[in-house]
Amino acid sequence: MTWGRSIARRLMVAAAAVPLIAGLATATPAAAETTLRVVMHSDLKIVDPIWTTAYITRNHGYMIYDTLFAMDEKLNVTPQMIDSWKVSDDKLTYTFTLRDGLMWHDGKPVTAEDCIASIKRWGAKDSMGQKLLSFVTEMKAADDKTFTMKLKSPYGLVLLSLAKPSSNVPFMMPKRIAETPPGDQISEYVGSGPFMFKQDEWKPGDKTVYLKFKDYKPRSEPASWAAGGKVAKVDRVEWISMPDHQTAVNALVAGEIDIQEAPPHDLLPILQGSSDVLLHNNNPLGNQYMFRMNWLHPPFNNQKVRQAAIAALAQEPFLQAVIGNPEYYKVCAAMFVCDTPFAFTEGGDKLLKSDFEKSKALLKEAGYDGTPVTLMHSTDLQVLTNLAPVAADLLRKGGFTVDVQSMDWQTLVSRRSKKEAPAEGGWNAFLTSWVAADILNPISAAGYNTDCEKSWFGWPCDEPMEKLRNDFATETDEAKQKNLAKQIQVRAMEIGTHAHVGQWYQPTALRSDKVEGMLNGPAPFFWNITKKGG
Amino acid sequence: MTAFIARRLLATIPVLVMVALFVFLMLRLTPGDPASIIAGDNASPAQIDDIRERLGLNAPLPTQLWIWSGKLLQGDLGESFFFKKKVTELIQQRIEPTLALATATMIITLVVAIPLGVLAAYRQGGWLDRIVMGFSVAGFSVPVFVLGYLLIYVFAVELKWFPVQGYRSFTDGFWPFLHRLILPSLTLSVIYIALIARITRASVIDILGEDYIRTAKAKGLTNRTVLIRHALRNAAVPIVTIVGIGVALLIGGVVVTESVYNIPGLGRLTVDAVLGRDFPTIQAVILVFSFVYVLINLLIDLSYTLLDPRIRY
Repeated sequence: MTWGRSIARRLMVAAAAVPLIAGLATATPAAAETTLRVVMHSDLKIVDPIWTTAYITRNHGYMIYDTLFAMDEKLNVTPQMIDSWKVSDDKLTYTFTLRDGLMWHDGKPVTAEDCIASIKRWGAKDSMGQKLLSFVTEMKAADDKTFTMKLKSPYGLVLLSLAKPSSNVPFMMPKRIAETPPGDQISEYVGSGPFMFKQDEWKPGDKTVYLKFKDYKPRSEPASWAAGGKVAKVDRVEWISMPDHQTAVNALVAGEIDIQEAPPHDLLPILQGSSDVLLHNNNPLGNQYMFRMNWLHPPFNNQKVRQAAIAALAQEPFLQAVIGNPEYYKVCAAMFVCDTPFAFTEGGDKLLKSDFEKSKALLKEAGYDGTPVTLMHSTDLQVLTNLAPVAADLLRKGGFTVDVQSMDWQTLVSRRSKKEAPAEGGWNAFLTSWVAADILNPISAAGYNTDCEKSWFGWPCDEPMEKLRNDFATETDEAKQKNLAKQIQVRAMEIGTHAHVGQWYQPTALRSDKVEGMLNGPAPFFWNITKKGG
Repeated sequence: MTAFIARRLLATIPVLVMVALFVFLMLRLTPGDPASIIAGDNASPAQIDDIRERLGLNAPLPTQLWIWSGKLLQGDLGESFFFKKKVTELIQQRIEPTLALATATMIITLVVAIPLGVLAAYRQGGWLDRIVMGFSVAGFSVPVFVLGYLLIYVFAVELKWFPVQGYRSFTDGFWPFLHRLILPSLTLSVIYIALIARITRASVIDILGEDYIRTAKAKGLTNRTVLIRHALRNAAVPIVTIVGIGVALLIGGVVVTESVYNIPGLGRLTVDAVLGRDFPTIQAVILVFSFVYVLINLLIDLSYTLLDPRIRY
């Protein structure tokens, strides 16, 4: 009895002592350098920004590489690594001259040959790059800092392509690296951007480390979006892998990290309740949801059925179900995103309100026989999970039979590449989301490609649309280009390439007591940011 | 004994071959295409096809199996589809946090659970027994992530005694290492304390009813001596068995705790690999887990000979 009590007492004393000891040692020594600790939206797995279109790899690219041209916040294309450029009167020859003092992280100078090799590798993979290179007959270095690009016919998107802000971004690499076959991943990570990749400290699933590149020569203009002076104001940036959002929120509130790139919307109230945390929408153009239909199989192999689906859908129910707070979403008729040069309402306004009677009438006209729509439902990504149930509900009200099949996002991504009939493992429809910067024009936006087998998943096939896209790409007059973009939007809604079912915004959470100067942009940028303390 | 160990080690080979074959086939026959995932959301079908070809995923299944087994026989577990790193390197990077967490958890568990179980058995039906059994039921019932978030909120966010998340290697210093391990290992140990305290209690109660315990008491031995030298020692075989199984489960089952406390261990590597359909990593990690299971079972069997001299191999 006495022995039992004694043991119990000792255990209690030991348990009480643990937090006391722990409390004595919470202080960590001050670091000599400033380190910005960030939790990104996902872990960095692939470090070749040309090999994959994953956004986390694009963000990594922006850290260590630079671009020839870049977009500013008014969506104007401005020179970045380029000092000056000119185009011949016949618009067939572009001459580019690099800025003085550009250096790779290994200390060697950036040359024109490096840039040519980089454009070639990017152009072999990226859809906009492929289009550009299909017009290019020759690229040649005139000297170490100057190169020319010759075209077979005038092409209206040369500079816009080289300033492409999102995946795949045309990042410049040293020639020896850029000559890696486009199908293979690069194995050396040398850029000329404001930060250097610390490869020996990269632990996948744990953290990725970047150091300030002290020899980087920023432009003199102020930083604006992806353009202007990229001045690194912290010595070190650590991307800490933290798959659990709640843990990341707790870590931010406790001050263990400085920035959480993409806190889920349902956790925003917790962050709003913390006086030291600021929610900052650094991508004012936001993102756009897409309802994609498969043209290969019934019922969406029929244009009238696709039109019926568009008639049944409306943006507001999707946005309410997923985002909830109107502060973070926008109903927007423009397929090329609201508040951008190609924002039009024509045709796109069909998605503002559901018209179930019209949907039913169109289905009747199409002779719809009740073939179920196999709708793939992604269940593990918060910003996508509620989309499919809303789509199913609206489609059913519009007269469709819907078979919702739930799966994780990675399974959906795998299955959407299958061309088989739904009963044999294929599909009829799915929903996804695009970063606005990816869909600002009908060439970079994959959804408008209607080149049959070569189109994006869903494989739409429409010759008039392809002609319009080609005219848009070759048009060099801005006003005419805008008119073509409008026609493309109207045609997309008419033939039913996809339905744009709402624009939404993802705020970034940051410690307002420590972090200042975060820029807006198509991706999170870490230059221009200052941090108080270590 | 040596012949027994040799036999048991040889027996692991067919087990590992079966596991390897099963995992290889399961991964390729279930939905999910690594190439689509690697290519990213915006990739065109042509880009995905190109990656699939480069990864050798378009080759017939027997060819893929032949190539993989050939490399495996040479001790090459392959290269991750994603990280462009050897899987062995990834496992090496992740094994320390998992082993540290498992060890700390087991130390806490054994220090708390066995005395509690013995005391509960000794005071069977009393208030201490009821408290221990009540705790045991609660320990089984509360999900690990709920307990984890609760401890983080109280001890890290509010009291700021511990960090919310992260792991520091013991090479960074013993205290930073221990400081970050206390909350996760406490969280994880609750369920094991509940399990082992229960088993210990049941085993000791069984033994306390034996004739030799009555004899020992009749000889005038103290309660402490009776409990430790006679009861606990004789109850050790089932306890060691459950502790051994617990250790094996811990190595592969720490994923929730690793996620909640952001510890970059093997559990998280496995989940990331499964979500990314990173076939070489999944295959290697499962093989490692299987080997650890087999090894721990062998150690448990060997420990019986120390605990009970009647057992001989």
